[in-house]
Amino acid sequence: MITATVISGFVLALTAPLLTRWRSSLAGYILTLLPLGLTTYFALQVSSIAAGQHLVESFAWMPSLGIHLSFYIDGLGVLFALLISGVGTLIVFYAGAYLAGNPQLGRFYLYLLAFMASMLGVVLSANLITLFIFWELTSITSYFLIGFEHEREEARSSALQALLVTGIGGLALLAGFLLMGHVGGSLEIRELLNQADVIQAHHLYKSILVLILAGAFTKSAQTPFHFWLPNAMEAPTPVSAYLHSVTMVKAGVYLLLRLNPILGGTDIWSLSLGFFGAVTMVTGAAMMVVQRDIKRLLAYSTVSGLGTMVFLIGLNTNTALLAAVVFLTAHSLYKGSLFLTAGAISHAAGTRDLDQMGDLARHIPLIALAAILAGLSMAGLPPTFGFIAKESLYQTVLGAPQLTIILTGIGFFTGITMVFAAGILAIPPFFGKSPNPATHHHSLPIHLWLGPVVLAALGLLIGIAPQLVAHSFISPVLQSVNPPAQDIHLSLWHGFNPILFLSLLTIASGGIAYAFRKPLLQFLAVGARLGRIGPLQWYYLILEGVKSFAQWQTQILQGGLLRRYILIIFLFAITTVMVTMFQHNGFGIKTELLSIRFFELTICLLMLAAAVITIRSQSRLSAIVAMGVIGYGIALMFILFGAPDLAVTQFIIETMTVILFVLVIYRLPRFVRRPAKYIQARNALVALLGGGLMTALVLAALNAQQGSRLSAFFKANSYLLAHGRNIVNVIIVDFRGMDTLGEITVLALAGTGVFTLLKLRPREEDDVCDL
Amino acid sequence: MELLTAIVIGGLFGAAIYLLLTGTPFRLIIGLVILSNAINLLIFVAGGLTPGKPPLIAVAEKQLLTASADPLPQALILTAIVISFGVLAFTLVLFRRAFDRLCRPLVDLEETDRQ
Repeated sequence: MITATVISGFVLALTAPLLTRWRSSLAGYILTLLPLGLTTYFALQVSSIAAGQHLVESFAWMPSLGIHLSFYIDGLGVLFALLISGVGTLIVFYAGAYLAGNPQLGRFYLYLLAFMASMLGVVLSANLITLFIFWELTSITSYFLIGFEHEREEARSSALQALLVTGIGGLALLAGFLLMGHVGGSLEIRELLNQADVIQAHHLYKSILVLILAGAFTKSAQTPFHFWLPNAMEAPTPVSAYLHSVTMVKAGVYLLLRLNPILGGTDIWSLSLGFFGAVTMVTGAAMMVVQRDIKRLLAYSTVSGLGTMVFLIGLNTNTALLAAVVFLTAHSLYKGSLFLTAGAISHAAGTRDLDQMGDLARHIPLIALAAILAGLSMAGLPPTFGFIAKESLYQTVLGAPQLTIILTGIGFFTGITMVFAAGILAIPPFFGKSPNPATHHHSLPIHLWLGPVVLAALGLLIGIAPQLVAHSFISPVLQSVNPPAQDIHLSLWHGFNPILFLSLLTIASGGIAYAFRKPLLQFLAVGARLGRIGPLQWYYLILEGVKSFAQWQTQILQGGLLRRYILIIFLFAITTVMVTMFQHNGFGIKTELLSIRFFELTICLLMLAAAVITIRSQSRLSAIVAMGVIGYGIALMFILFGAPDLAVTQFIIETMTVILFVLVIYRLPRFVRRPAKYIQARNALVALLGGGLMTALVLAALNAQQGSRLSAFFKANSYLLAHGRNIVNVIIVDFRGMDTLGEITVLALAGTGVFTLLKLRPREEDDVCDL
Repeated sequence: MELLTAIVIGGLFGAAIYLLLTGTPFRLIIGLVILSNAINLLIFVAGGLTPGKPPLIAVAEKQLLTASADPLPQALILTAIVISFGVLAFTLVLFRRAFDRLCRPLVDLEETDRQ
């Protein structure tokens, strides 16, 4: 059943384009049914999972490699699965109206549903390799979704940027997974849970950690990889809401939570997560406040939010992990709502620029309501879920055993910026003066307001009644993340304590900043220019570097001159063979050698002399003749050493070769090319090395010779089984008859080619060459 | 004798490599022919040299019980000789036709153009 929940998304995705072509207006409703059904299914599992039951399914895939198509649902899995399918339902519904009339709508549904299925695969996989495959599928579907409006250059380059960053991280992740599987002795996550001590004590632990963190940090847009996320805002808004705030960017956070019992708890884990998380939190928050594009502002606040989650996982206490999970859930609800709000605004008012918005509450009151509720949650004001999340955060940092002041300062700063940003988002666009009062506003269909309102309302509902989720959702998650399970308590009111005081201080400071937003923004705009030397520039530098390196090495290795290619191929072959020969001490010579008879010596000397003539001769005819001498010499060798069939064939073929040469090529004009002396010397050196190496190889082969078992079989059975006395012939026409058929085919093809080329006479006027 | 044949094989390979690297089309093709010959000889010699004993079953016998040359490399070489001839014929004709059309050799145009 779990497998079906993952696969069904892919199946439906494939039918989506046809469905949309059939009934565009109906397709949205039909496609919504799948995520809705999945949400129901996952919701029904909640109580049994809270009771401690985990659903497991496994199919053998590549058993010899320990790779299985296995899935399981536990507390962590079900929370993410519900976010994915639940928000997915609203998004699919929303997208139908948002992209109504777009001729590519069917394709959009295809990508979106395929993404949803991949994402479900990530959070439900029980095998590292399965997880990795779905992980990469989310990167790929994200690429298509960001680049959905592919006519625009920015959309294409942003899509590529996201793919490159997350894709390279994905490769690191695979390496990390393989190392971890090697050390832990299994690729099944549930089995690795018991190997935590082994893995953490292993000398490869640090490598595993670095590789896996590279994957998680790129996916979850941690500084310095965060730049792809704001640029991903080129995607249609439903995509930004779904992939780039609620689900895909949280895949890295999911992975950290999932692997926390295996890799977590060490100093280096806490240090790296805490450091990168804190830097991302602050960077995102600082970049956020100066944005005027509503989607980019939301994107930077997502970066900051992701940083907060990583930061909290890094602190790694029970309180911190609880805060991370609570914040993750609250963030998904309010950020999804705000993104959908932004989409609705740009649909209704035709702009994403905060300065161009005003007085929207009169036109789209429901959206205003959603924005206010979600804004309250984002700012961390009671009675929303966001408030509880922020209280948990403050509780964690205030209770931190070390660096309490710094950690609290980071949390406090981020808190203030969130209040400020929430104010900017939720108040002026809806209640401020409109800069262009005459603008025509579209009315909004239910599709466009349902999503934001539902998500924002959920944030309020959970805020008022946190016990709704505390035991059914949050507690099982913590059991997965940080076993064994603990009893948790969530509530709005904790009494008068430093946490509350800090909260009030945050709200007051944020409020003051909001009140003075105009001068503040002017002042900050100066600092915003500093952002231009950030990691995005490094990305472009690296990209350009890679390109010019590729060009440079292609120029060297594949410059277009045939002899250059030949030189490189020979040099490479010679080097590798030689290194192997030296490594294995392969040089040797057989002790019992056959004696040299006089005529043999003559033949060999003739062949060597002919070889020299082919090189030295200025006359083509003598080169051809010398070539023939070599061929006949070999034929004589065949006769002397018991191969009459070969000798006959060689005589015939060599004769025909010489005739063909004379006929076809002899009359062509000469192309004399005398390379510079040093090039000739270089070629001679390569030729000497190659020749010498072959001599050594032959001697080594003779030394190691043990005779083939096949030969004994042929000798014994040639007559008995195939009724032939000439064993070589029997092998060719009988034992290896299929090979010979292949050989005949090659010859027939070559013959056809020759015939066609000869028949293909150029027209008279084309035949301009003067022979 | 093995030493001598090994030297001959090395010599043939060296000559072939040198010709291939020279870059004029005529020598390139000659190099190809020598290279395939050298490889055939290599396979032949690497299988072990047995003077004067072809792998033939005498009329009175049903099996070949005495020592003889190894039949397997011979079968392989027989195939190789014929195939390399097919490829050579195609190469030669292709080269010729390309020349008829372009009035210059097919390979390494830049270099020959310059001269």
